[in-house]
Amino acid sequence: MTKPFLSVENLTQTYPDGQGGTLTVFENAGFGVEKGEFVVILGHSGCGKSTIMNILAGLAEPTSGVVKMDGYAVSGPSLDRGVVFQNYSLLPWLSTLKNVTFAVQARFPDWTRAQVTDHARKYLEMVGLSGDVIHRKPSQLSGGMRQRVSIARAFANHPKLLLLDEPFGALDALTRGTIQDELLKIWGGTEQTVFMITHDIDEAILLADRILLMTNGPYARVAESVEITIPRPRTRTGIIEHPNYYAIRNHLVQFLGTRSRELAGRQTDGAPATPETVRIDKTTDAEAADEAPVLRAVNH
Amino acid sequence: MAGLSLNQRAAVLSLLLLAVGLLVWELSIPAQKAATELTEYERLMGLGQERAGVPPPSQVMAKAWEQLSDPFYDAGPNDKGIGIQIGYSIYRVLTGYALAALIAIPLGFLIGMSPVAYKALNPFIQVLRPISPLAWMPLALFIIQDSEASAIFVIFICSIWPMLINTAFGVAGVRQDWVNVARTHELGPLRTAFTVILPAAAPTIVTGMRISIGIAWLVIVAAEMLVGGTGIGYYVWNEWNNLDLTSVIFSILMIGVVGMALDAAFGVLQRAVAYVE
Repeated sequence: MTKPFLSVENLTQTYPDGQGGTLTVFENAGFGVEKGEFVVILGHSGCGKSTIMNILAGLAEPTSGVVKMDGYAVSGPSLDRGVVFQNYSLLPWLSTLKNVTFAVQARFPDWTRAQVTDHARKYLEMVGLSGDVIHRKPSQLSGGMRQRVSIARAFANHPKLLLLDEPFGALDALTRGTIQDELLKIWGGTEQTVFMITHDIDEAILLADRILLMTNGPYARVAESVEITIPRPRTRTGIIEHPNYYAIRNHLVQFLGTRSRELAGRQTDGAPATPETVRIDKTTDAEAADEAPVLRAVNH
Repeated sequence: MAGLSLNQRAAVLSLLLLAVGLLVWELSIPAQKAATELTEYERLMGLGQERAGVPPPSQVMAKAWEQLSDPFYDAGPNDKGIGIQIGYSIYRVLTGYALAALIAIPLGFLIGMSPVAYKALNPFIQVLRPISPLAWMPLALFIIQDSEASAIFVIFICSIWPMLINTAFGVAGVRQDWVNVARTHELGPLRTAFTVILPAAAPTIVTGMRISIGIAWLVIVAAEMLVGGTGIGYYVWNEWNNLDLTSVIFSILMIGVVGMALDAAFGVLQRAVAYVE
């Protein structure tokens, strides 16, 4: 078996618990991400999702374990791994355009000023920002527009891996929907490998090729890898018509609601844990049609 | 009154207060009796001589007009125009201040970036900071052996602390998110310092610079009273020795006006580097 593009092996993170002992957030977590794949990680607060994200970004060091990308171990932050932070992290003293050109310049230091500006404008246009808006400061933009800038900044740099840390967490539901669509549109054109954290199950199903489910901490681990068997291109209204949608959704709700708790706290006695692959596909299953109404009744 | 904007109403009130203040001042100065009205006894006692007293504002304004219409005359060491005196003071303040900024801002950067440097240097800063700048004067005069340079040194030592502390504080307080942006874009230490940390900390740094220039201007007057020769502080003391209170009051006002102008300049700089999160 060949190694995946991104492989996370035996990742363990412990913190001192303040009473002389240690607190293990997650232990021996391991998973892989293929090139061009959109992988979403779902789990409750405190299971260490953000820590995993920071380790992938190179902003934090794990207690033990390695992250390998393209065969090389990740150490420290790099332009090959772009990050979109939940709080946008735009530089407030720069205009929207400058926030993007600043990043493009860092990525392509040999480019002329005109090349950098054109490139930045192109990506801002892709997220629907053009005209006077791009000369405004981030403080003069709405939350949704700021996150668009942040997404444009990340995509403009063509990172090998794009990390999205709850990018829509601070946005209202309507704005979130629009930007999700835009994200899908840009992503569709680039073959970008994406790793994203979210709390939102519907968002995860809409965007992901695969969803990694984490158990609760302490001793959290990546328990399952759920394939999203809904064909692309997807739309928010289109996917709910698909027979697999509710089956997958119910599986996720059930996992987060009960099983993440039941599986929590189990120590792995050092064995490298790989997530169990789950594939739910009702389109090839004749009985699916009868089950569908029953599944629809389940709400979370 | 109701039709005026807030600023206009405030301006009217300011002018009114000024007029009332000047009027009260003018009226509270007792007029000197003319020599012809004196009794023979009074004349014998020498009371016909003009007596020194606090001058009324009309005299101060006349003095101001006289001085400001020819501010740069130079008629010897004890008789120079107000413009020349203020010029010397500003030169000393800016020289001492610039030297302080040259050291305080890079050093503050270092202290802000490194918790070890912060902890190591903090005791020194805390001991040196509360020392009155004039207390350094004897030592400075002895070591430097030059009154001009000693005055500049006193300005240097008094303006360094607010800049140093504010720079360190501003740099240490830069949001981790912005530093992370720099890190994920692989900016080197120097580029991170100039493109992320400096603009992020600039409002705090400039606030420190503004406090420093204010203190420097307060201290220069006292320093020049001690070292003498030239400058607005020397001018005030010299006019006191001449018992020319009109000039003393006029120079007090000039000190205020120049201080306000220096502060306003840094106010402009502060607005230029401000940002809204």
